Amino acid sequence: MSTPTAFTLPGLLPELEVVRKDFPILERTLPGDRSLVYLDSANTSQKPQCVIDAMVDHLERHNANIARAMHQLGAESTEAFEQARADVAAFLNAPRVEEVVFTKNATEALNLVANTVHLQPGDNVVITEMEHHSNIVPWQLACERSGAELRWFDLQTEGEDAGRLDLAGGDARGVIDENTKVVAFTWVSNMLGTVNPVRELADRARAVGAISVVDASQAAPQLPVDVQEAGVDLLAFTGHKVCGPTGIGVLWGRYDLLAALPPFLGGGEMIETVRMERSTFAAPPQRFEAGTPPIVEAVGLGAAVRYLGDLGLENVRRHEEAITRYALEGLATVPGLRVLGPGIDAPEGRGGAIAFELDGVHPHDIAQVLDSRGVAVRAGHHCAKPAHARYGVQSSTRMSSYLYTTPSEIDALVEGLEYTRSYFKLG
Amino acid sequence: MSAELDSLYQDVILDHAKRRLGAGLREPFEAEVHHVNPTCGDEVTLRVHLDGGTVADISYDALGCSISTASASVMTEVLVGRPVAEAETVLEEFLAMMRGKGAYEPDEDVLEDAVAFQGTARLSARVKCALLSWMAYQDAVTRAADPEETR
Repeated sequence: MSTPTAFTLPGLLPELEVVRKDFPILERTLPGDRSLVYLDSANTSQKPQCVIDAMVDHLERHNANIARAMHQLGAESTEAFEQARADVAAFLNAPRVEEVVFTKNATEALNLVANTVHLQPGDNVVITEMEHHSNIVPWQLACERSGAELRWFDLQTEGEDAGRLDLAGGDARGVIDENTKVVAFTWVSNMLGTVNPVRELADRARAVGAISVVDASQAAPQLPVDVQEAGVDLLAFTGHKVCGPTGIGVLWGRYDLLAALPPFLGGGEMIETVRMERSTFAAPPQRFEAGTPPIVEAVGLGAAVRYLGDLGLENVRRHEEAITRYALEGLATVPGLRVLGPGIDAPEGRGGAIAFELDGVHPHDIAQVLDSRGVAVRAGHHCAKPAHARYGVQSSTRMSSYLYTTPSEIDALVEGLEYTRSYFKLG
Repeated sequence: MSAELDSLYQDVILDHAKRRLGAGLREPFEAEVHHVNPTCGDEVTLRVHLDGGTVADISYDALGCSISTASASVMTEVLVGRPVAEAETVLEEFLAMMRGKGAYEPDEDVLEDAVAFQGTARLSARVKCALLSWMAYQDAVTRAADPEETR
């Protein structure tokens, strides 16, 4: 296998080898004594030791239910949970800690919004063709329930604008109009790596009195997410892609907007008072956190966003850009390989997910051969079937880097793709 | 390194993935089904034509990886021309092998070329690829035998 080379690229995280030591899983080897080359971070990121330790410490020393246990452990657990909320608020530069709602994942956060925003016949909801299924299906369901109309901005696949939304075309068609109640879109595409002009889209929503809902699942891991600067109304992301555990996600919302939304799930801890006839409800965020929440997962998420904050999201973004540029250059040397998505010099930059096709080999078979060499990538539709359909393909292979990815891992991918071509006898 | 790959991508499989025996949708048929592997998006539209208790034709349009397309091709070769009951026996043996995680000893006389998927059975992520067209066939035969269920 390729040996780790000491060479560096402009923009990589300083002391990358030291940073990598924070992630114990990167040390492990696979059968045949192959090193792990993990290029599936857009699927889920690996976890630094500090996150693992924070969760173990909580379970070993502080475990208790929160907000109700009248004992010392209960107080410690509650404090740890609420500290995590404060950590997330700081991570997002949220004006108020109470604007952070803990959910199970980004999908639940988006469903929470789609189930509580009032819609009726005559209204419309605007999404985009590059959304993850979790920002399409909840809106389809909401529109079916309410009689509202579902509209979308198209995805472009050709020329300089490949991988970018056709905002001008959407404007010309009047996609957003005075009846638009919601404009929901992804900040960074999980399939294409496209970075959308968030501020511009949020401004379009605000201009007609609609709320903007942003899926930041891929943005939060790799670039600074400042909800005030972005000017958005509601924003969702998931814990496990930002070095945190699974089982926890976040819905951030402007406080006045959250305060105007009805409850989503009913149950314990979301009430003010309950009588047999009817109940009144707690203020946000508790209104949206029915039942015992994922406590240790919140503690882990808090540690994760503190870790990212210490590294500096600007530094992480620069690292991702450097690795992505290097990867695009490497992939361009593989005959018959076509990248689906924007080039590195797209105006808004580019995220670290690169979906591609290789002539003559199905993505599933590519992933299998790469896996036999220890290179982990994702193959399939990446929960973005409409975007694949727009490109005229059923599926693709996706490599996704993260803050711990090295140039030599990209070399291993490129070598693996060359080997894949020779294995399937493609010249 | 490629020994494990070779046990998955046996020559029989790579050969069938290229040749795609029986591919294309044909008339006549008593039932048509469409099956999808939701995790990877592989799809197959499959028709069966039964004639006096015999599997007279299986025609299909498959979009997917080499394992799923080869599996459809091998299935066509192994099942077409057999009495439905006998095809059922082959199907059962194939399912047993694919669910056996590589530990099941398949009967090669029953499975013929389909025994090549023994290597796939060890890889849980690929089992569904190999099963896609066989499950579609099972569904289609059930519908053909009971037209009430045909949509």
